[in-house]
Amino acid sequence: MNLGFESTDIITLLPEIFLLTMACFILVVDVYLPEKLRHLTYQLAQGTLVGTLLLVISIYPSSLTLAMDNMFINDAMGALLKLVILAIVFVVFLYSRSYLQVRNILKGEYFVLGLFATLGMLIMVSAHNLLIIYLGLELMSLSLYAMVAMHRDSAQAAEAAMKYFILGALASGMLLYGMSILYGVTGNLDLAAIATNISDADSNKHTALVFGLVFIVIGLAFKLGAVPFHMWIPDVYQGAPTAITLFISSAPKIAAFAILMRLLVDGLSSLYVDWQGMLILLSILSMATGNIIAIAQTNIKRMFAYSTISHVGFLMLGVLSANQAGYAASLFYIITYSLMGLGGFGMILLLSRVGFEAENLDDFKGLNERSPWYAFIMLILMLSMAGVPPLLGFWAKWSVLNQVIQAGFIWLAVLAVLFAVIGAFYYLRIIKLMYFDKSEDRTPIEANMDMKITLSINGLIILFLGLMPDMLMAKCLKVLQVLI
Amino acid sequence: MKNIYLIIVLAPLLGAIIAGLFNVSRRVAHTVTIGAVGISFLLSLVVFKHIILEGNPAFNEILYTWLTIGNGSFSLPFEVGFLVDSLTAIMMLVVTFVSLMVHIYTVGYMHDDPGYQRFFSYISLFTFSMLMLVMSNNFLQLFFGWEAVGLVSYLLIGFWYTRETAIYANLKAFLVNRVGDFGFLLGIAMVLMYFGSLNYTEVFGYVQQNEELVQNATINLIPGYQWSIMTVTCILLFIGAMGKSAQVPLHVWLPDSMEGPTPISALIHAATMVTAGIFMVARMSPLFELSETALSFVLVIGAITALFMGFLGLVQNDIKRVVAYSTLSQLGYMTVALGASAYAAGIFHLFTHAFFKALLFLAAGAVIIAMHHEQDIRKMGGLKKYMPITYWVSLIGTLALIGAPPFAGFFSKDAIIHAVAHSDRIGANFAYFAVLFGVFITALYSFRLFFLVFHGKERMDEHTRHHITGTPKVVWIPLVALAIPSVLAGMFAIGPMLYGNLFDGAIFVEHSHQAFHADDYHGWFFFMLHGFMQLPLWFAAAGVGVAYYLYMKEPDLPELIKGRFDTTYSILIDKYGFDRFNDWFFAGGSRNIGTKLWQSGDVKWIDGVFVNGSANLVGWFSSTVRYVQTGFLYHYAFAMILGLAVLLALFVF
Repeated sequence: MNLGFESTDIITLLPEIFLLTMACFILVVDVYLPEKLRHLTYQLAQGTLVGTLLLVISIYPSSLTLAMDNMFINDAMGALLKLVILAIVFVVFLYSRSYLQVRNILKGEYFVLGLFATLGMLIMVSAHNLLIIYLGLELMSLSLYAMVAMHRDSAQAAEAAMKYFILGALASGMLLYGMSILYGVTGNLDLAAIATNISDADSNKHTALVFGLVFIVIGLAFKLGAVPFHMWIPDVYQGAPTAITLFISSAPKIAAFAILMRLLVDGLSSLYVDWQGMLILLSILSMATGNIIAIAQTNIKRMFAYSTISHVGFLMLGVLSANQAGYAASLFYIITYSLMGLGGFGMILLLSRVGFEAENLDDFKGLNERSPWYAFIMLILMLSMAGVPPLLGFWAKWSVLNQVIQAGFIWLAVLAVLFAVIGAFYYLRIIKLMYFDKSEDRTPIEANMDMKITLSINGLIILFLGLMPDMLMAKCLKVLQVLI
Repeated sequence: MKNIYLIIVLAPLLGAIIAGLFNVSRRVAHTVTIGAVGISFLLSLVVFKHIILEGNPAFNEILYTWLTIGNGSFSLPFEVGFLVDSLTAIMMLVVTFVSLMVHIYTVGYMHDDPGYQRFFSYISLFTFSMLMLVMSNNFLQLFFGWEAVGLVSYLLIGFWYTRETAIYANLKAFLVNRVGDFGFLLGIAMVLMYFGSLNYTEVFGYVQQNEELVQNATINLIPGYQWSIMTVTCILLFIGAMGKSAQVPLHVWLPDSMEGPTPISALIHAATMVTAGIFMVARMSPLFELSETALSFVLVIGAITALFMGFLGLVQNDIKRVVAYSTLSQLGYMTVALGASAYAAGIFHLFTHAFFKALLFLAAGAVIIAMHHEQDIRKMGGLKKYMPITYWVSLIGTLALIGAPPFAGFFSKDAIIHAVAHSDRIGANFAYFAVLFGVFITALYSFRLFFLVFHGKERMDEHTRHHITGTPKVVWIPLVALAIPSVLAGMFAIGPMLYGNLFDGAIFVEHSHQAFHADDYHGWFFFMLHGFMQLPLWFAAAGVGVAYYLYMKEPDLPELIKGRFDTTYSILIDKYGFDRFNDWFFAGGSRNIGTKLWQSGDVKWIDGVFVNGSANLVGWFSSTVRYVQTGFLYHYAFAMILGLAVLLALFVF
């Protein structure tokens, strides 16, 4: 293996290098900052994200570029996913600031860990080698474990972190095991090489490959949160401070989607018949479990957790169609999902205040009386999650269902719609609570102006993109055509 | 001419839209609608001159194809087209003239009503719909007009929608007409099925060229029985006419429709809409002529209506209801004419009846205004001196109604009786008896009403007497305008309509069914003289005599008779029990079935099992499986391992 650098490699890696440098710099600076200047950390972190974002745009690839001896890939899909991840993390930091501040956990660690996790995600997105994928994944996961545990005084958070860590380690182990089998069979770590090797592999290697594939799919399913590898999600979502839940539920899903695409589509596309079957199974289980159990939840964070699980089921529908349009539909879905999730948890953060966590469904009662505008934003979010036209969530569901039907799985589409109907119940229940029930809480809603504006934009963009879904959809299709 | 036809139809529609949709003042509303209908009327006169006086050929053109369904061997265009021949031209004249008179009259009658603009909008809309109906050149547009007039009728019966009785009446009219329309629609479907076209010219042309073939065509409705297609089609179409033209047993809605304002009773429920059925059958004469059975059916239904509805007029005390039952009876006369293949006589009676019945209704309306909305004739009497104009026009109308020469009704009614007498169709004997005796009854109830209202003791209370108002100009002008044709229409029209060739090409009568022969006719005056030697006139005279004796000479006698013939009286008051039966059997029955279906089907199965059941099931399942999420780490890890095992088992081994 030749690890020689070339100057173009540096350019391709520039966003990641910048992010790493700044993360280290902030870590050092934060130690010496007096408490009253703590907001400087926040500003530096946000500045870092913006800088990275600009760098990603400046090297936006016109064609597929490989760097670092084919270990690192820069393609249009990757660039788009990076942009979305960075934008989302930016908004996450923005939403979280005052929540963390009033709970006295607005420490440099949050931002540093967040930036490192982001770095991990970017690496996952651009990985073109099994080892790099694993490195990126672990960098992200370890940062997230620590973030969940950051609220040291909370037993609940500690328990959640512990569960997350142990189960995550188990899943990582399985993923690594699967990768090692792949390496054993093909003798390669490079995804493109593996793909070539598999496509002309003889049939007695097939069993071994599928054996490895099962472990890889499980590793991915854990990160995405597909049933039955979803058990950590409700507990962690509920146990972690809401700001951390917001972080975990949004950007990492996109990164997980990226490695799903890298591994299954870039690397193992010859085995698609096998992973298609697995994804169908996981998808049905996720949609069923997610939507049905969500109904019984009274804690909104837990409800969102199960809602996430059901969305993951839908997300897989596009991938399992195993064609470009299907991948594009899934890409569209994951971006839509992160926007909606961001808004949903953002609303919880907005309603929370000192000594009060707006995490029960009843806390949304009569929101319309307290604040018609935010009740309206929440209405958009919930209807979009339920998949009501003309909101973005409808188009996301529509496009994956369309692809599933195109691929010939009409029964699966029917099943998915049935689960979506069941799912509509718990989203509509929130609307009912907001508009038709009397509020028990009369406290006015207070938040920073930047949060208020961003949250409003967050909701409106779902409405706006829902009215013109072509803009985003065309982008998704375009970046996928560049792939492969 | 095409543009003229379009303007005739569209002007009232435009008027209706302006008066109804824009928030215009009362003055604008009546000016616009009266102006629009006035234009229609004047242009209808032009059309009348063009088609009838100058004898130009009929206009038949498709103006607009809305859509076409089907392709290849079968295609059905949905078209808007006009067929204007002598039949249509007469109908157009009647409709626009009566409508114009009613529009003007309404200015006075509805003067204080808050729904003034709405009312004008409705009656203009009605005029548009009725014109679409009579000018249509295909069955679909006919059906459109048919339903549109039905809609406006519904809206107008319930015009005073805060009255419980008005709502009941318009619902009743709506439902009963639905029964008729169902038959009508089936009839149209039969036409489409057999002829493959809904255009009059194509259908009638085919019939005329293949008469034998069409007459002998059969259909197998019930296995083992062959039915003549023409009989089934014509009876179905006639069921439609029975609904719209209120023939027994679908007549029940018409008396109740008197809940609507009086101008409506005159325009829709006497002069025009209810005669749509008569017009339709006359228009379909090429089809009806091919089925003796259907014509007999028409004849008998008409005869029953003519006689038995007349009886009911004898016991009613509401001024409008008496006139309403007289309308039913007269519609029966027209139907009898159709059944006897004397379509021309039916249309002739429709024509004369439109004038004198509208006149009678509007006169009744004038009386009602004067009496401050008192409609009970037992509380009237001696009104002659208070409202002389109304008195004289009412006398003209009543004389026309009973068929006294030389008034319009005499000619048309005599023609019908003459036609029935010459018919050898099954049921013709019964029909002859019915229409002949009907003349006596008509004269009796008409003059009973006339005497009770205008002559005799003044039975109203003091307060009302002092406040009897005079008749305003907008009310008496239409009355006089209608009185003129009530006198003259008969003598001038009988020649061309019955004995001339006016309806050639519009109405088709088998040669053997012809009742009127040009050789027998020597002018209206001789026809009248001839009438003096016939029974009907003497029956009418007897009716007037009896009415005079009972209500002028011996006013106590009716009470005595009522007591003596108690059973008969209660049957008549009960209107032969039609309403009671319908309420009990149809309304009650369907409500019971509905309630049962609702309880067992909807509440128990759909709501209980499907809707709530599935929701409960999901809820229960959800609350059960949530306990799988135990919170124990080793359970979670176990689930993962289990998932791994299942995936391996399924995909590897």
